[in-house]
Amino acid sequence: MNTQELKKAQALSGAEAVAHAMRQIDPDVVPAYPITPQTDIMHAFAKFVSDGKVTGELICVESEHSAMSACVGASGAGARVMTATSANGLALMWEIVYIAASLRLPIVMSVVNRALSGPINIHCDHSDSMGCRDSGWMQMYAENNQEAYEQTIFSMKFAERAKIPIMTCMDGFITSHAVEPVILFDDAKVKAFIGDYRGDWPLLDVDKPVTMGPLDLFDYYFEHKRKQSEGIYLAKNIFNEVAEEFDRTFGTKIDVVEKYFFDDADTVIVAMSSTCGTAKVTIDKMRKEGKKVGLLKIRLFRPFPSWELRQILKGKKIVAVLDRSESFGAFGGPLFTEIRSAMYEEKGPKIVNYIFGLGGREIDAGMIERVFTEIDAYKTNEIKEYVKYLGVRG
Amino acid sequence: MNLKDLSIREDRLAPGHRLCPGCAASIIARIVMLATDKPIVATCATGCLEVSTTIYPYTAWKVPWMHNAFENSAATLSGIETAYQVMKKKGKIQKDIKFVAFGGDGGTYDIGLQSLSGTLERGHDIVYICYDNEAYMNTGVQRSSSTPYGTDTKTTPTGKASFGKDQFKKDLTAVVAGHHIPYVAQASPHNYNDLLRKAEKAFATKGPAFINVISPCVPGWGYPSEKTLTMAKLAVETCFWPLYHIEDDVWILDYDPKDKKLPITEWLKTQARFRHLFKPENADVIKRIQEHVDKDWDKLKKQCGVK
Repeated sequence: MNTQELKKAQALSGAEAVAHAMRQIDPDVVPAYPITPQTDIMHAFAKFVSDGKVTGELICVESEHSAMSACVGASGAGARVMTATSANGLALMWEIVYIAASLRLPIVMSVVNRALSGPINIHCDHSDSMGCRDSGWMQMYAENNQEAYEQTIFSMKFAERAKIPIMTCMDGFITSHAVEPVILFDDAKVKAFIGDYRGDWPLLDVDKPVTMGPLDLFDYYFEHKRKQSEGIYLAKNIFNEVAEEFDRTFGTKIDVVEKYFFDDADTVIVAMSSTCGTAKVTIDKMRKEGKKVGLLKIRLFRPFPSWELRQILKGKKIVAVLDRSESFGAFGGPLFTEIRSAMYEEKGPKIVNYIFGLGGREIDAGMIERVFTEIDAYKTNEIKEYVKYLGVRG
Repeated sequence: MNLKDLSIREDRLAPGHRLCPGCAASIIARIVMLATDKPIVATCATGCLEVSTTIYPYTAWKVPWMHNAFENSAATLSGIETAYQVMKKKGKIQKDIKFVAFGGDGGTYDIGLQSLSGTLERGHDIVYICYDNEAYMNTGVQRSSSTPYGTDTKTTPTGKASFGKDQFKKDLTAVVAGHHIPYVAQASPHNYNDLLRKAEKAFATKGPAFINVISPCVPGWGYPSEKTLTMAKLAVETCFWPLYHIEDDVWILDYDPKDKKLPITEWLKTQARFRHLFKPENADVIKRIQEHVDKDWDKLKKQCGVK
């Protein structure tokens, strides 16, 4: 942010910034259950409700399972619906997360990324949202408070137009609790951008009764799943449409990826969320030293921009994919396997995986620099180990 | 409302669904939904009523209906009802709409108890109907916490070392009453007038209302399909399933057979699931069941101020 922009900014935590986005969107129904570190979103939004700054209802349910169940009910009724959760809360919702996607209900859920139990831990990693990457929800990841705010507003329109629910993720504590300057858009502009919402076949249209969630057996289930798959695939085009409108309205570009000193870089890190900020600082330093290092930040993880990444990454010599979650028994973390699969038909680059930051383990500029140095050697050396661990003892 | 009024109301659950012949669940759902002339939105827990009425691409429901999962009929409806309240407040909806959730004993007594409890505690303006067939019938007759003591089910099979289920039935109606919601009732489909009146009252009540309805199950209980209402009636006449309601925390007994109260064996002997209890070695099991019924009945009468 420049000085001019800073003057317009407010000091907000990521959680508060998202709560402001929710206030501006003013959803009809927000069923939610508190869990650390999502709690600060709920606190701030509850205060907006108590102060009469929103017109919708907050349902303080008795569990995350009921939170997502009520989301499905309210969204099926035709309401605009948002919620928020973290880690075990998301795990408890799991069953209904899939149902929400299969009913094509455009719920926006802020996921404040936190390590899944066990052992229990309250700090950041991506095991929660990565665990439901096959659930049929779209997923976006925010680097900082400003992005978390903007992405929430973007997601509402994106989800409703695609008729697919979306998880809008930010790093627990690192983003949700750290206070940064955030520029909020004008309330009226947000309202105009979001527009009115009415579901296609709302349950509350009692003159046109619909049956939602019937028993669907071997004679139709597969076709419905195939259509669901097609729907999320096509959502990439909708992403671009909404991004254009977003840019026109707010003068802010949102892309599926962000390149940072990327085009001329031969040594590249691919990462998501707050770690990208750390990588940028590291790159600034290394660039001054004349090293051609760069970053590719992934913002849209579902639908995964495989084709785009193939075009973007081909021609690079060496790529390190940073995963903030483990995929037990798999060949590398979730982001790594996606990217390697996307790049299979290309001759290059070499791709290695670093799993880092589990349970909130610190990642700093020194560690990112070590990754760049290490992979730089792979340009000529043979890679003996494709999946490595960063910042772990033993 | 009398029978004549009732006969001109349109059924909200169409015939042609695939519930078993003699199933009480559809009788209960139809009577309940006839009890209001207002539009209804319904939810259903996973279970017999749900799977048999909505096999895609068919549906028997003439009202807007949603099935979400097994344990969340109440929570789902709480979301729908909240959406309605908000939209009404915003002037997007003018109609007066009623909300009803259906669940079997599995979806209500057991896996859905938390979802139900939360919904009741939050005070949503909904009606919850439990059709209690006393086991997980949809998955092939496994015990639930509603299954009576001594019942032969697939997960409490009788054998050399077992007389069937070794626990007494959970008193869910009392558990619900502990939420101090405005209206709670127990009903039976054989007394359609009583069930209808209770459903009418439940729909007219502001805030949550709950009705627990005994729902005899032909394959699960083991009796001829034309005897469903007889089974329900015997459950009431033996005082195994008393009819009562609780309005604003005041308990009222709706039916007292007095000296015509039948021994529990009159109900037990009609069903295959209790057949083993009549072997001489299980005489003490029947004795315990009778003692339990008598104790509960006395307690209920006391609670209702009936001598």
